[in-house]
Amino acid sequence: MLEAILPIAALGLLFGLGLGWAARQFRADSDPVVDRIEALLPQTQCGQCGYPGCRPYAEAIASGGADINQCPPGGEDGIRALADLLAREAKPLNPDNGVEKPKAVAVIDEDVCIGCTLCIQACPVDAIVGAPKLMHTVIESECTGCDLCLPPCPVDCIEMVVKEVPMGDWRRPMPTGARANIHGAGGRA
Amino acid sequence: MAQHLSAVARARLAAQRIHHFHGGLRLRHNKKISCEVPLERIPPSERLFVPLLQHGYSDAARSLVEPGQAVLKGEPIGSYSEPDTGYVHAPTSGKVIALEVRPIAHPSGLDGECVVIEPDGEERWSWLEPIEDWQHADPATLGERIRTAGLVGLGGAVFPTAKKVEGAQARGVHTLILNGAECEPYISCDEMLMREQPEKLILGARVLRRATAAERVIIAIEDQMGVVQRMLDSALKTCGDGEVEIVRVTTIYPEGGERQLVQVLTGLEVPSGGLPLDLGLLCLNVGTAAAAADAVIEGRPLIERIVTVSGSGITRPRNLIALLGTPIHELVERCGGYRGDVQRLVLGGPMMGYALPTDAAPVVKAANCILALTADDLRSPQPEMPCIRCGECMRVCPAVLLPQQLHWQVTNQQWEEAEEYGLMDCIECGCCDFVCPSQIPLADWFRYGKGVLVNRASEKRAADHARHRFAARQERLDRLRRNRQDRIAEKKRQLKQSSEGRRKVAEALERARKSRGEDEGRSP
Amino acid sequence: MSRDFATGGAPHFFPPVTVQRVMRDVLLAMLPGIAAYCWYFGPGLLAQIVLAVAFALAFEAVMLKLRGQNLRLFLSDLSAVVTAVLFALCLPPLAPWWIACIGMLFAIVIAKHLFGGLGYNVFNPAMVGYVVCLISFPRVMTAWLPPLSLADVPIGFIDSLAAIFTGALPPGLGWDAVTQATPLDTLKTGVDQGRIVSEIRRAPIFGDFGGLGWEWIANWFAVGGFWLMWRRVISWHVPAAMIGTVIALGLIAYLADPGSNPSPMHHVFSGAIILGALFIATDPVTGCTSSRGRLWFGAGVGAITLAIRRWGGYPDGVAFAVLIMNMAAPLIDRYTRPRYYGEGKQKHE
Repeated sequence: MLEAILPIAALGLLFGLGLGWAARQFRADSDPVVDRIEALLPQTQCGQCGYPGCRPYAEAIASGGADINQCPPGGEDGIRALADLLAREAKPLNPDNGVEKPKAVAVIDEDVCIGCTLCIQACPVDAIVGAPKLMHTVIESECTGCDLCLPPCPVDCIEMVVKEVPMGDWRRPMPTGARANIHGAGGRA
Repeated sequence: MAQHLSAVARARLAAQRIHHFHGGLRLRHNKKISCEVPLERIPPSERLFVPLLQHGYSDAARSLVEPGQAVLKGEPIGSYSEPDTGYVHAPTSGKVIALEVRPIAHPSGLDGECVVIEPDGEERWSWLEPIEDWQHADPATLGERIRTAGLVGLGGAVFPTAKKVEGAQARGVHTLILNGAECEPYISCDEMLMREQPEKLILGARVLRRATAAERVIIAIEDQMGVVQRMLDSALKTCGDGEVEIVRVTTIYPEGGERQLVQVLTGLEVPSGGLPLDLGLLCLNVGTAAAAADAVIEGRPLIERIVTVSGSGITRPRNLIALLGTPIHELVERCGGYRGDVQRLVLGGPMMGYALPTDAAPVVKAANCILALTADDLRSPQPEMPCIRCGECMRVCPAVLLPQQLHWQVTNQQWEEAEEYGLMDCIECGCCDFVCPSQIPLADWFRYGKGVLVNRASEKRAADHARHRFAARQERLDRLRRNRQDRIAEKKRQLKQSSEGRRKVAEALERARKSRGEDEGRSP
Repeated sequence: MSRDFATGGAPHFFPPVTVQRVMRDVLLAMLPGIAAYCWYFGPGLLAQIVLAVAFALAFEAVMLKLRGQNLRLFLSDLSAVVTAVLFALCLPPLAPWWIACIGMLFAIVIAKHLFGGLGYNVFNPAMVGYVVCLISFPRVMTAWLPPLSLADVPIGFIDSLAAIFTGALPPGLGWDAVTQATPLDTLKTGVDQGRIVSEIRRAPIFGDFGGLGWEWIANWFAVGGFWLMWRRVISWHVPAAMIGTVIALGLIAYLADPGSNPSPMHHVFSGAIILGALFIATDPVTGCTSSRGRLWFGAGVGAITLAIRRWGGYPDGVAFAVLIMNMAAPLIDRYTRPRYYGEGKQKHE
């Protein structure tokens, strides 16, 4: 009897010590999950997800109040990244929150602008400069394309213009499997 | 640490040992076919189409001329928003006919804006101001001349030379390496330059040495370039002045890559994300050095270059001196036209060049070689198959990467892992591609993957910036709200305490009561 | 005047090497060993090879069809043929025909295609097939023949075929008369009985340094293997590590206790060490990807094989060792990634 109990007890002690050491040695320093979720969001601060900014949306995802497919500016790539982080299934973008659009910036038509400052107050990243009764203009490099300045404008002078990718920023596309076997028998099998 | 590395590099170069880099391939050169006849200059064509997008790592230049304007040879016709990038110049005198968007030579295959010039045949120069005493000139003056002459790296990357030289002046270099180790098959423009214009190269080397304040200049050539060695040696005797040395490196592709060349000459590695400047070195192409001689000693801006026209699809391959903006089909015609079933036209070499959708594209500063490839060259022995993890790609990679792992990661969109495994350090040489039994287009995948990583990095920067601004705005609004509340609370407190305040409150209440009473009286 | 062209990516030359050529080279390299095998043990092996190849290609064709993949491309890449030949080399020459069928079923359908097909399988298919058959049908899988020179009644080609397809031996012979323990088996049984190695090795079934016949078969496989290394089909890392580990550990054991441990040479030249080192453990798909990783992989296979030979239940452990190391390969890869050019070097900030 004893020769069965003693080895098992010894093994148990050994493994217990080993696990304890491993738990200390390999402890992962994890950021709070909210920070990690927020790092994956595009920071457009547009509110299309239903929350007043990207941080509140991240908090909602972490607490389980929101789903991961509510962010149109993040697009499919963003949903996939969130799914990977939280070990969930990636799903299509929820159409109730909007559609994925190409990156655009706001442009104020200066002939029409009346200097009311309503758009300045609406912009979440302070990308519009101006003062009461003076011309307003959008700083293109700061605009995140969130669309929040369009509704407040009383004269509808703001337009979203899609940014053209300059040739210097052209990136090579994915290879299409036409490995140029020019006699036609090519392609990924 | 950087100082230490620089000193080690200097000592290693003095020791004159040739080191090795990992991997690489011994490829068939196919250079002889284009070196059999001397360099030829082709006359200006009826129209020159000078693209405004010519310098690497920047957007298109802005045109300085308008249709109908007359231009002189060497007159600046395009300037960049970043002045250090340099200029684009008119290749010959004539009239600007149009500014139009048409086929240019760009890896995207997209069209771009070009200045279309009709030569008047007179070749009138706009400015030719040689810097007479360049041996004693201020390096800043020489750097400025390099900038205004529009010099870029003529080895293919077309990085603005003025930026490189200024970087060298700011941080200091001890050795200038001129890269004549033209390692890609077929390309022989540097070899022909060194054979036929060795004096210009040597003088250019000395000009650049003065401009960068380097202690010595090394010209690296391949060890199979026997004729070149002889020509350079005799030129050194007449105009070298003891400042320039020739070093022969082994002929393995891609020995001519900047990082591999540095490793071969010094045994040190350029740090990941760093530059040869971190080792106290500056690398430039020999063609760029010859252009520097033209710019400083003759006062000529960069308006032409040597182009190798070769490949099994060209009747008489040779090297031509062509003005920028010359349509490529004219160069091909000069070489006897196409031969056989030509299926692809490549700008650059067979390993790293890009395919052109049309031969109406013009010669640009990056056009070191035009290759016409036939159907036989492009016959793939087998369609693409899954990776069998044979490891040949790993064996030949000069950057010591694991292409088989990177391939899995890129195709499965595992971008963090791809970055960790060094995808951004891939030099896109194509060695891995060349040995893959499964015929996987590895180099194409990595070019795509690197683009994705660059985009992700810039998107992350933009997102961080936007979050920062949003947080600052929230803080500002909170602060304003708090200040307002504080002011109101303070005012209330003051009103309560002072007798004057109490009297004012009583009067205000009285007024309110009266007006309410009047209203009640009046209302039905 | 100007003309248009179709475009494609660089490099604009295509690799002169194909998967089929790689597999064909492996088959060619195995021919000398197979010829030596037939010389020493008779033609039964050839029948096994034909059976295994036939079943392998049949199962592969069925699976490709079910998965909607290109039949011509994947059948002609010869990877199934290589699996079949390696499997057949592990079988006793008179194994019944349905062993090849079951083996190839597990190898091709389950170990290869259910994991994703060529390039995606985690475990070496030939070894999976062999191990399944060995564990499920131990009696027929251990009915080895003695070398022809030692056999009381050599079995000819027709008789071999009869035995394979019908299980019937020539009249008057029983299986016990025809089969004999292998050298490794004899050694293991002898050591377990307490006899000394040098005494055991005096039996005629042992050759100069390995098993009679087996040692020369190993030599001819080695010739093929070196040719493969010269052709750059395999790299030297796995064979060198595996054989090196076997010699090193075998030497330690031999010096410690020559009575119950054979010499390292015996280990290397009997059983499947050479075949395993050059043809089985070098399977690229299921091994490690980095060079240093391959060294660890080969060392692991060698060490585990020796452990099984000495203390395990089977006389030869190469198959099990390979499968165990297949499981460890991704982890080894993670920790043996080579430092790439410029990684970790200080740059000027």
